[in-house]
Formats: sequence, structure tokens, C-alpha cells
Amino acid sequence: MAIEVDGKVLETDEEGYLVNLKDWVPAVADEMAKEDDLVLTEEHWEIINFLREYYDEYQIAPAVRVLTKAVGKRMGKEKGNSKYLYSLFPYGPGKQACRFAGLPKPTGCI
Amino acid sequence: MSEEIKNFLYLNRRAPYGTIYAWESLEVVLIGAAFDQKVSLAFVDDGVFQIVKGQKTEQIGMKNFSPTYSALGDYDVNQLYVERESLEERGLTVDDLMHLTWEDEDEDWAEKDSIRVVSRAEMAEIITQQDVVFSF
Repeated sequence: MAIEVDGKVLETDEEGYLVNLKDWVPAVADEMAKEDDLVLTEEHWEIINFLREYYDEYQIAPAVRVLTKAVGKRMGKEKGNSKYLYSLFPYGPGKQACRFAGLPKPTGCI
Repeated sequence: MSEEIKNFLYLNRRAPYGTIYAWESLEVVLIGAAFDQKVSLAFVDDGVFQIVKGQKTEQIGMKNFSPTYSALGDYDVNQLYVERESLEERGLTVDDLMHLTWEDEDEDWAEKDSIRVVSRAEMAEIITQQDVVFSF
């Protein structure tokens, strides 16, 4: 599979995740969101950027449970809960947000 | 899966690179941590090299996955036993290891050490107390 962003064709796996993490640019997230009928807001970007920072530091995409806890710690309890995160990423804050962020599928998501 | 909480120990015996065991073990730990079991890790023999700090892997063309051990605390895996004799036999001390911690949500995210250095005899005792031991 592939996704076209800014005139460039980027390779994705069978679940739509980027094959090469280095291919990622913010427009990838916008394009993937469009395909999922979503428009990314500042609130979405807060989570996407957080995931990318997490990956930078630990070399893994966090499981959704871990993401929820970490968001709660960083951004407060009103955001660190699955209701809020699912309202942003209806296909699952772990899987969908990680895909938008150009990361692999979360480790520990089943 | 049964509701009963079991004690799982992941026993790591091999050096981090050269074989896939160390990385596979870490992945299984992270995946298994989703199942609400009591998980601990043990590092013995060359396994102690897995958590040595300052790992550099550019020259061997492998991904340096040592930063991922720092994520274990986020996954509620905060019992890491390291065998003292294995460290000593390799000229290592606890100061050569990464400072791995976890944050206790119940105590306002107080940072606590995850690593506990134990003797060979204590390690044997820890292993016998487990319900399940995975050896990598």
C-alpha cells in the first residue's frame, strides 16, 4: 500500500502504517486523517506530538493504557482518560494516533 | 484467561545483541504487561549487559533498544532483579547500569528505583516463588 503526500508516494504496510519512519512529515497526518474523515485540530496535534516525543525517547509506541496515563500526567486528568482520547481518535488513540504520527503499531496493543 | 493474578518472571541470560533473545523478551514483557499479571524481570549471566548504560550500536548495524527499558515503569513493570555475582564476574557494578525508575501514581508520581541487586541465593529464592518463568 502507499499514501501520496505533497506529490510524493510513501510506502505503507497492510494496516496503513508508514513503512519508513523517516518519511514522516506533518502533512502525512493530515492526509491519513482525511482518509479517515477527520480534520486534525490542535487537540489532535497535542497527542500526535506527544507520541512522537515518546517514541524518540523510548523507541517504542506506547500501549493505549500507557498513553492514557502519560497524557493524564502531562496534560491533566480531563485529557488523560479514554473517553477524551477516543473522541479525538475514534479508531483507537493508540492505533490511529500512532499511525498519524508515523510510528509503528503500539507495542502492547492487542 | 483466568481472573487469577499470577507471578510472571522473565529470566534474561544473554547479551543484548548477536541474538534476538533480549529484544524478543522485552517485547513479550511489554505485550504481556497488558494482562494485569504481576511481572518481574531477572538479569543473570550475560543478561546483565542488556541494561548497561551508554550502549552504542551504530558499528554493528543494529537498533539500540536499550532506551526501551526506561519505558518499563510506564507499563507497571517495576521489579527488575539483577544478580550481584553476574555483575561482579563481569567487572560491573550497579553504577554501570541504566538508572531505571518508575513513578508511583499513588504518591504524587514519586520516582522510585526499579532495579534491585540480589545475591545468587536470593535470585534462586525469587525464581522458586514464581508461578511462571520465561527463560530467554
